[in-house]
Amino acid sequence: MENDSIVSFKDVSIEYRLKRFTLKAVNHASLEIKRGKITALVGESGSGKTTLASSLINCISEPGRVSAGQVVFHDEGKDIIVNELSPKELRKFRWEKVSMVFQAAQSALNPVSMVREQFYETFDEHGLKMTKEEKEQRCVKLLNYVKLDPERVLNSYPHELSGGMKQRVMIAFALLLRPKVIILDEPTTALDVITQNYIFTLLKKINKDFGISMLLMTHDISVVARFADYVCVMYGGELMEYGSVYQVFDKRAHPYTEGLIQSTPNLIEDIKAMKPIPGMAPNLLDMPKGCVFSPRCPYATDLCRTKAPETTHCEVGFGKCYLYEGTSENGRK
Amino acid sequence: MKEKASKLNLWLKSLSLSLKDFFFRVGVLGKKLFSNYKTILGTSIILLYILVAIFGPLIFPYNQEINMVDKYLMNSWTHPFGTDWLGRDVFRQVIAGAGSVLEIAFFTAAFSVVFGTILGIVAGYLGGWVDKVIMSVANIFLSIPAFPVYLLLAAVIVISSPIQFALVISVFSWAGLCRAIRIQVMSLKERDFLQICLVMRMSKAHIIFKEIMPNVFSYIAINFVTALRNAIMASVGIMLVGLAAYDPTNWGAIINAARTKGLTNVNNIYILLYPLVAIVIFEVATLMVSNGLDETFNPRLKEM
Amino acid sequence: MDENKVLMSLRDVNMVFKKPGSLLADRNIHVLKNISLDVYEGEILAVVGESGCGKTTLGKIITGLYRPTSGSIVFAGQDLMKLFAKSLSSFNAVQFIQQDSYAALNPVRTIYQSLYAPIKNYHRDWNRFQIDAKIEELMKVISLYPSEQYLNKYPHQLSGGQRQRILMARAISLDPKLIVADEPVSMIDVSLRLSLLNLMKSLKDLYHMSFVYISHDLATTRYIAENGRVAVMYLGEIVELGKISDIIKNPRHPYTRALIQAVPIPDPHFKGSETLPLKSMNLGTLENRGEGCPFYERCLYADEKCLSKVPYVQTETSLSMCCHLGKIPHESLFGRRLKKEEEK
Repeated sequence: MENDSIVSFKDVSIEYRLKRFTLKAVNHASLEIKRGKITALVGESGSGKTTLASSLINCISEPGRVSAGQVVFHDEGKDIIVNELSPKELRKFRWEKVSMVFQAAQSALNPVSMVREQFYETFDEHGLKMTKEEKEQRCVKLLNYVKLDPERVLNSYPHELSGGMKQRVMIAFALLLRPKVIILDEPTTALDVITQNYIFTLLKKINKDFGISMLLMTHDISVVARFADYVCVMYGGELMEYGSVYQVFDKRAHPYTEGLIQSTPNLIEDIKAMKPIPGMAPNLLDMPKGCVFSPRCPYATDLCRTKAPETTHCEVGFGKCYLYEGTSENGRK
Repeated sequence: MKEKASKLNLWLKSLSLSLKDFFFRVGVLGKKLFSNYKTILGTSIILLYILVAIFGPLIFPYNQEINMVDKYLMNSWTHPFGTDWLGRDVFRQVIAGAGSVLEIAFFTAAFSVVFGTILGIVAGYLGGWVDKVIMSVANIFLSIPAFPVYLLLAAVIVISSPIQFALVISVFSWAGLCRAIRIQVMSLKERDFLQICLVMRMSKAHIIFKEIMPNVFSYIAINFVTALRNAIMASVGIMLVGLAAYDPTNWGAIINAARTKGLTNVNNIYILLYPLVAIVIFEVATLMVSNGLDETFNPRLKEM
Repeated sequence: MDENKVLMSLRDVNMVFKKPGSLLADRNIHVLKNISLDVYEGEILAVVGESGCGKTTLGKIITGLYRPTSGSIVFAGQDLMKLFAKSLSSFNAVQFIQQDSYAALNPVRTIYQSLYAPIKNYHRDWNRFQIDAKIEELMKVISLYPSEQYLNKYPHQLSGGQRQRILMARAISLDPKLIVADEPVSMIDVSLRLSLLNLMKSLKDLYHMSFVYISHDLATTRYIAENGRVAVMYLGEIVELGKISDIIKNPRHPYTRALIQAVPIPDPHFKGSETLPLKSMNLGTLENRGEGCPFYERCLYADEKCLSKVPYVQTETSLSMCCHLGKIPHESLFGRRLKKEEEK
């Protein structure tokens, strides 16, 4: 299975060491990201998905640190351990192997320089010796690919572009150095439904045309169903379930996954069948004993509340619940 | 009678609740302000100065008598800072002058903050021609060099009290705060929580005093402390050219007197140094307080 | 709940903003064009559209923050345009819930202070205890209980969902007849939206209010406006209006069809067609608009007929812009489901 994945998170734990206490954002997470596919990380805010994904380019917000485990990038032939890279190697690694599209594109672009300058700067910083014409050609090609008017966009400042346009500029930016993996942090949160559809159609096209693997983070499970190939559900810093999109949605083996799907308003389900997950998100400073989800789980037993379940692996995925049987059926009830 | 008694009771209860709220909020504010060591240290020094200004002259009264026998004595237990060219104790002069210095500083800071805030809020909130007029006036005061005009004013008007002095200096120091507050108010106006005040039909007075004012409080506090500093600099500067000589124990006056006497005499340099150092320590204290306040109100400046 | 009584009606409301342009003329940005709408007592009316379609401006006009350039607004018999001319300070019947719950609360005031001030302003003669009692009651209704835990906190100390509940409490504290909610859940995680929407529904029933719910997301709109109506807006005009269940089952205007197709469904078998029936991503301009359908530039099925003035077509259930649409095949959502059944 090793050569099938492009990124492996091996028992990764990420902590924030603050003055008075330590906050455990990610707790022993092990995950394989498949080459050439779109993997989605789903969870509420505070579940640790952004922290885990930012560890892939060693970009965790201060003062977070990978306290245990390894983040491994499987390049052709060799393996790169990302959390042990030196700053110099890291600078080469970022954007050439893995790039990122951030949430809220407005804060990711420099507001005082034109889009063209920001593209050029990236070429220069990575030591690519290109003439001005070559750089311009590359930029124009990329912007045409994301269906933007290159003339207009290259000469604009970020505040002159709409939200959807800025996000497409960010995607073009991420493609600049032909990375192998693109991380997308809630790329369509502030955008409306039609723009969201365009962005995801574009991303799927990129995935098909260039074979770039994608790691998508979102809290919206409908988007995952429509556009992702594999999904991993995260809660309270732990990975609750993983599998192909069809498998996870059809079987809904983990109670949290079931709760997530039921609490998402959609256009076709019976309105009476939709209900919210009871209780509140866990306090990361005061985690419940036993299973993280047990205070809110409708199927919780005393065992769940005292001892955290092990991860049960099956053919194509895993789940962290006593109810998750390791048969190929992945059934419950 | 019973009705009146129960009404009074109700009113008292309501008052006690309001007081409880007030102290709670003061407590939260105080905890926030004094969590920073810079603020604590700076404020303690300033408080020390205030105490010295109030109680100093009572414990160490300054005797203005001329005593030529004790001319230019060196430091000793009876004269910790020595004596000056007329045999007067320098230490007690400095203590006596503390009150004068602080008076000028606080009055100036108060005047410039009050003018600057009121005009800034009015200009920012009302906009239109009111804004244009106030801004033109502020711009004039910001572009004219302050010090020469101070000298001019001080030469023309005979300054005989700290309040007059404070008024003269604050003429130029309100404009900067006015501009800063106006910009803050203009950007606050568009914020959602002020828009909803309009939907809820709140009065203009409420919006200005209860919604906008607390938001610009950080600016005002920091600016007050900075104004203290500038006031002392300006006052010392004015006294160094011999103007506003109404109080000879004012530190600026002492420095001026020592300078005029001639700095070739080393003793005069010593005499000059004591009030100078006192001023510098005060300035540093105000700097620490304003930095500390800045960090408190702008948590991003703090290290985690 | 008297559904047939009209609470507020807008007729031919236009909103034009003047932007300073070239030397010769100011640019006219025509944000709202000929909006005619009725809001009934006790109903939820949803307003749906992309960003830039004018729905937020419409919300602000209804609450009295903007004054329309032309048109008429009548609220419970009162002519609001006349009131705009004098002063709106006596008009308290409409309240507003904003999208960004953090920006909508004063960051340096506690929750208690933010709730106290508007109530005190509205009931001038109430004393401290009456207001405290009202605040207690409100906190119970929004399920933030025990209230001491929340009242002395500052906005940044609460979560987004809790802040949004405070905004709702503040809005209902003034006993309004109509509440305009501008995308109240769009900044909240999808899995947490239902509890807020349930709260809104229960408030509406408890206090007999009407809601105007503005959003760009049809899925949440469908949940909250169960039996209500929806107005679909595009570039400042209403392109379709009717009962939400009908419109989702059977959308008539091409834009509505595109909107419905764009909403993702949490079931991977519903991949649907990847491309939307739209010509381009660009919204079109709000300046110097002529007559004719506002959707002309983006519509796949447009022709010259669409450039002339387009009449409204009223069917029994919905009111929509005229469009020669009957002939164009539409794979409705239920059509997609049928495909799934066949696959099995």
